[in-house]
Amino acid sequence: MADDKSNAAEYWKANVRLIFGCLVVWAFVSYGCAILFRPLLANISVGGTDLGFWFAQQGSILTFIVLIFFYAWRMNKLDQKFGLGE
Amino acid sequence: MSQFAINLLFVGASFALYIGIAVWARAGSTKDFYVAGGGVHPITNGMATAADWMSAASFISMAGLLASGGYANSTFLMGWTGGFVILAMLLAPYLRKFGKFTVPDFIGDRFYSNTARFVAIVCLIIASVTYVIGQMTGAGVAFSRFLEVSNTWGIWLAALIVFLYAVFGGMKGITYTQVAQYIVLIVAYTIPAVFIAFQLTGNPIPMFGMFSTHTESGVPLLQKLDDVVSALGFQDYTADVDNKLNMVLFTLSLMVGTAGLPHVIIRFFTVPKVSDARWSAGWALVFIALLYLTAPAVGSMARLNLMTTVYPEMAGQVENYEEATQNPILYEDRPDWFRTWEDTGLITFNDLNNDGRIQFYNETADYTDRGWEGNELTVNNDILVLANPEIANLPAWVIGLIAAGGIAAALSTAAGLLLAISSAVSHDLIKTMINPKISEKGEMLAARISMAGAILLATYLGLNPPGFAAQTVALAFGIAGASLFPALMMGIFSTRMNNMGAIAGMLSGLICTLLYIFTYLGWFFIPGTNTLANTPDNWILGISPLSFGAVGAMINFIVAFAVSSVTAKPPQEIRDLVESVRYPKGAGAAIDH
Repeated sequence: MADDKSNAAEYWKANVRLIFGCLVVWAFVSYGCAILFRPLLANISVGGTDLGFWFAQQGSILTFIVLIFFYAWRMNKLDQKFGLGE
Repeated sequence: MSQFAINLLFVGASFALYIGIAVWARAGSTKDFYVAGGGVHPITNGMATAADWMSAASFISMAGLLASGGYANSTFLMGWTGGFVILAMLLAPYLRKFGKFTVPDFIGDRFYSNTARFVAIVCLIIASVTYVIGQMTGAGVAFSRFLEVSNTWGIWLAALIVFLYAVFGGMKGITYTQVAQYIVLIVAYTIPAVFIAFQLTGNPIPMFGMFSTHTESGVPLLQKLDDVVSALGFQDYTADVDNKLNMVLFTLSLMVGTAGLPHVIIRFFTVPKVSDARWSAGWALVFIALLYLTAPAVGSMARLNLMTTVYPEMAGQVENYEEATQNPILYEDRPDWFRTWEDTGLITFNDLNNDGRIQFYNETADYTDRGWEGNELTVNNDILVLANPEIANLPAWVIGLIAAGGIAAALSTAAGLLLAISSAVSHDLIKTMINPKISEKGEMLAARISMAGAILLATYLGLNPPGFAAQTVALAFGIAGASLFPALMMGIFSTRMNNMGAIAGMLSGLICTLLYIFTYLGWFFIPGTNTLANTPDNWILGISPLSFGAVGAMINFIVAFAVSSVTAKPPQEIRDLVESVRYPKGAGAAIDH
């Protein structure tokens, strides 16, 4: 029982760490590259405009998709590793 | 065949399909009615979620918003997609594991309080009802434009179709019609966009075409657009925004609002497993992105097309943009689509300087030196997507497809909202709070009656839209983001959060957000009653009332933790409940109590 409990606690910690990492990327592309850091990326040109504009209109959406699938894939691995899957 | 007959054929065929699905997918139990039996494949659910989420606003208005606002309105693109990331990681899998039917179910059980449940029910109903008004009016507009029936008949017809599959099929009927509606709307949205991208850039994929070279001028499309609009006194399309704080908070408000909207959350209760809920969120975003990656291309290309229609000399290689603005088209030479939309009043022309030509420019700019006496053309943003096939000279059947697509977008979202409302009434209010002894059959009947009631209410509000209809989106997102999202998240991620903390947090987030919105947009949205003028100078720290949901959410978190830390810990069984939602092991299909 104690083992089960510490196993479950480890699983939850690993999940929270993974979420934190994903949300750092989530915030970096949308609030960072697309909004706050756009002036810093102004020199990198993409099809007639700058990289920040691309992140705001396409890049962040594409990153969001990758993030969710990455999270789902990693969590399936964690479910198996800790024996907590369905 | 006339255009009217073709439109009728497309819309009629799509309706026959929805009704066919309604007959096939009848709900036999409350589990069918609330969560479609709990056995929906994650990809199917992803597609249904995409249709559920993408409303008349996404289909009709978003490209127009992007066309008029350029970079500044990227907030809608990021906000309405980024919310799915937090939904997938912070809410959906755990709420699926919890395994009941509604959002108030979780809040009421987790915070062991019927007060919390009731606050959640009220928030859900206000957010969903305000949201559904826009869907009904959107369907009405699409009907009246394409089927030449009055707005009133259009709304009644929409209500009847939704009634047929939502009342009999519940979530089961809604799920499979939403899949059909997704296919109709994405095909309708993509085909004209592909043609326009190909015409302007030679690249048939809109999202790439947008960043390619404009064939006629040999300049990158976005640079061309910047040159054209700035020659007419408009802000550059790609211009940066000064108030970054407000832009960040607005995007964040849309994201937490998206994650907290009950009609989206309940879609994830329909999949068989916790891992399916995670995959399904990813698929939902893939299907949403197919439209959201195309929308900015449609927006920028439609804006350029509109400008070069009025100023043909601007289309090719231009030496001097100021000279190229000298000869806009004669009003008599305007294209046919222009005339069609003038009839609807959504394009208006007023020849202020009586030269018979259309001077179209930023009305705040002063061009008296060019002999212009004011902007002479107004174009409603909402027509861009609907007029796209006509602007690109596409065949009549594409216009019929757009008609069916616009109606599908409005109906699919309306049905999802109506299910969220009716399950809150029949399941949370009647079954859980008023009469727990109600039989399965009795609850089914209650669910169907509340669904019918919700449809009638939505129809009434669609026919008599309150004057504030346009501002209600802020309200729906504000409530969902500032009240429901933080409560759900804390219920999962904090074992220490107790009933008092959650209730205090939800109420303070809700009340602060409402106060801020009412201060600038009018008390209870009654025009003229606003305390302060809704201008950036008056906003606190430059935060617009539409962006306040994110601040409301932060207030919710702070108050909840403060109150919770000075009141009693939640009982052991609640801590066990929180533990159990965190681990996928042992999740059955969604269970009744």
